[in-house]
Amino acid sequence: MQPKPPSNPGRRKFLIAATSIVGTGAVIGAAIPFVTAFNPSEQAKAAGAPAKADISKLTKGEMMLVEWRGIPIYIFRHTEESLTNLNKNLSRLSDPDSEEDQQPDYAKNSNRSRKEEIVVLEAVCTHLSCAPKFYPELGTTDFDSDWQGGFFCPCHGSMFDLAGRVYSGVPAPTNLPVPPHYYESEDVLVIGEDEEVT
Amino acid sequence: MFTRLLNWVDDRFPLTDTFERHLSKYPAPIGQNFWYLAGVLLIVVLVIQLISGIWLLMNYVATDEEAFASIQYIMRDVDYGWIIRYMHTTGSSMFFLLIYLHMFRGLLYGSYQKPRELLWVLGWLTYIILVAEGFTGYVLPWGQMSFWAAQVILSLIGSIPIFGEELLTWIRGDYLISGITLSRLFAFHVVLLPLALIAVVFVHIVALHEVGSNNPEGIDIKKHLDEDGVPLDSVPFFPYDVVKDLFAIGIFLIIFCFIIFFFPDGGGYLIEYINYEEANNLKTPDHIVPAWYYTPYYAMLRAITFPIGPLTAKFLGFVVMGGAMVIIAFVPWLDKSPVKSIRYKGLYSKVALFILVVSFIVLGYLGMVTPNPLRTLMAQVFTALYFLYFILMPFYTKYEKCKAVPERIKI
Amino acid sequence: MKFLTLILAFISLQLFSAEGGPCGHFLSEDGLEEGKCEEFKADHTDKESLQKGAQIFMNYCYGCHSLKYGRYNRVARDLGIPEDLFQENLMFGDQKMGDLMAIGMDQLEAKEWFGIAPPDLTLETSLRGTDWVYTYLISFYEDNSRPFGVNNKVYENVGMPHVLEDLQGLQVPACKQVPQLAANGGLKQDPLSGELITEELCGFLEIEQEGQMTSKQFQASMKDLTNFLSYMSDPIREERKYIGKFVILYLLIFTVLSYLLYREFKKDVH
Repeated sequence: MQPKPPSNPGRRKFLIAATSIVGTGAVIGAAIPFVTAFNPSEQAKAAGAPAKADISKLTKGEMMLVEWRGIPIYIFRHTEESLTNLNKNLSRLSDPDSEEDQQPDYAKNSNRSRKEEIVVLEAVCTHLSCAPKFYPELGTTDFDSDWQGGFFCPCHGSMFDLAGRVYSGVPAPTNLPVPPHYYESEDVLVIGEDEEVT
Repeated sequence: MFTRLLNWVDDRFPLTDTFERHLSKYPAPIGQNFWYLAGVLLIVVLVIQLISGIWLLMNYVATDEEAFASIQYIMRDVDYGWIIRYMHTTGSSMFFLLIYLHMFRGLLYGSYQKPRELLWVLGWLTYIILVAEGFTGYVLPWGQMSFWAAQVILSLIGSIPIFGEELLTWIRGDYLISGITLSRLFAFHVVLLPLALIAVVFVHIVALHEVGSNNPEGIDIKKHLDEDGVPLDSVPFFPYDVVKDLFAIGIFLIIFCFIIFFFPDGGGYLIEYINYEEANNLKTPDHIVPAWYYTPYYAMLRAITFPIGPLTAKFLGFVVMGGAMVIIAFVPWLDKSPVKSIRYKGLYSKVALFILVVSFIVLGYLGMVTPNPLRTLMAQVFTALYFLYFILMPFYTKYEKCKAVPERIKI
Repeated sequence: MKFLTLILAFISLQLFSAEGGPCGHFLSEDGLEEGKCEEFKADHTDKESLQKGAQIFMNYCYGCHSLKYGRYNRVARDLGIPEDLFQENLMFGDQKMGDLMAIGMDQLEAKEWFGIAPPDLTLETSLRGTDWVYTYLISFYEDNSRPFGVNNKVYENVGMPHVLEDLQGLQVPACKQVPQLAANGGLKQDPLSGELITEELCGFLEIEQEGQMTSKQFQASMKDLTNFLSYMSDPIREERKYIGKFVILYLLIFTVLSYLLYREFKKDVH
């Protein structure tokens, strides 16, 4: 059967266009649940919820390790000496003023933290993601003749000071990241959020 | 520019040729009615099941310990997981509803008669694969009904004389239905059967396009061609049948989405209530009933309550149930009528088809309820009537008086 | 004719009869049908009811029965309870808001103490229906032959104590004078005095020891509890229906357009 040509091509074009547009909308609408289902589920969000650390027992010069979203977090309480030592090495550092965006605004200071005494760092070397090791003692070490305390990454030799700032001339390009955090109380540090969210 | 790209492809792959042969220039008969929509809707449901199935697969855990919980995880913790899950459960019921309507259309208009016998057999094979796909899929949520329906059906294999018990253990992979059985049914449901399904559906459509589609009049449209060799009583599939199918898809999606969003458990017929309890091999439910689309056959299984010689009632029931599914494949050779469509067949065929439909529906009901003596008797009667439709077909189609079939389709 | 009707009635009864009442030996006020449940239809939009139900559950049930497929933070969010209030009033122990609502009771130990591990109740109303769960909650009664001194009209020989006894009080089996149904569907009456003819029927329950709540208060409370359990088994219900309206509306628009398009093309072939 030979179909007749349309008597009203305008109406036909309109209907084709309208049906196509609405149809495409339906396809996009149907795709939404599938795309959204890829998001972190409630299980992931619960496991990725902020981690709480009790720092009441953390003595000066001591470091503790907690986990947040699968990332090791170093929490270090300064001694008076280590605090002053922070400013001794500035010339050897790549980014002493934390210009690069590796920390929240409240950590963009000389000790890179909310509280001067406590340092909170993501233990992920900014080179290729190994966990840098904690070397608080001063003096001569295998990797540095005038070590002022800090972190040394065993994988490729990157060095960071006790505020997580990276030394120049090492593979790592930027300072260790500071995670969002706040103090719920004197003793409780919450890692993963900037402030109390009710 | 686009034409140049198209030509480059066409020199290396029959793209335009395939599009014309199977879509834009495929001669679709005129006069096709509502019964002819099931085919395209089945393809739509197949796609829905594949996509929703893949997404469920991302979050489902196929161990006996975690399967049930993983379903709840999908329903509650995965963003919009509940939509995807309900798509899959609703889709499976829709799949069977549509395939029964599709098969009924075949019986109605003689779409299995020469040269479409192979087409019918391929369709039958699709149905059998779908039955297996549905059965294996239902076990996966690992609810009470998942477990016990598997228990009942797999135990039928144990009723086979001589080697039944060993075969059953081999299939289960264990001495009872366990996580091991679950894992292998999972592999069947997710890979083996979908691949088989897609392959057979593809071959089914190729076979259809080779011989051309039938129509409600049962007229062979290839007998009257125009000067270009195109059947006079046809329209190009694209755009005419495509716009018809779009409308049908719209209606279908409204029904489909209505169920998903307002009535997903279908009053206990789409998601059985008892499956909200995790599988427990030490606790048998009061009523073990399969999904609605298997109940006609389940009724036949339970109807056989007597042994014959060394063959147990259970084994005979299994044979009858299986036979009821297999006999469908033979219809092209049972129908001796010179006429394809019920519109031109005699009174006997009309009565027989009516009785078949009534039997199937009544058996479906009987398969859902607890047996009692009267119900068992009715199941036996209607099982016999079901089989008689097929067994007597060579006779009633041969000896009935048919009407003359017109040459051309009139609309 | 009458014979035929009788045959048909018998056949229909055999064919279509339900298999016994779902609510065990429960007998409602009118004493008409044993096993017929009291009706309760859940309403997930009634947040106040859900909150009250949650409170009862966490205080009386959660010690033994987990809701292990749900999470605290979602319940707080859906019921409109601020997280800190929720943690203060409804959570005990050191669970976090994002945790699943699993309980501390060891399943094997529980089996030893109770004979059967108290089942998880997240999906209970989907499994049994809200009617059943509500009727079950109001049907505990004194039975000294049982280990915990109580039995339940809906679930015979239930393995749990009546934890809500201080609220409901204690019921005992009772017999009542019940009006009888006459052949014409009405109630039997004495032809002279017009008074209703009654017969004694046993299997009812009445309060012997009073609890903190009146009967009506307790029933309302159990409806809240059942409502909460219904929400737990299908928390997405209201959102699902809400989205559904827009989906159906949009599909209607598409279907109308596609129908007009179909008819437009159909003109070519006539």
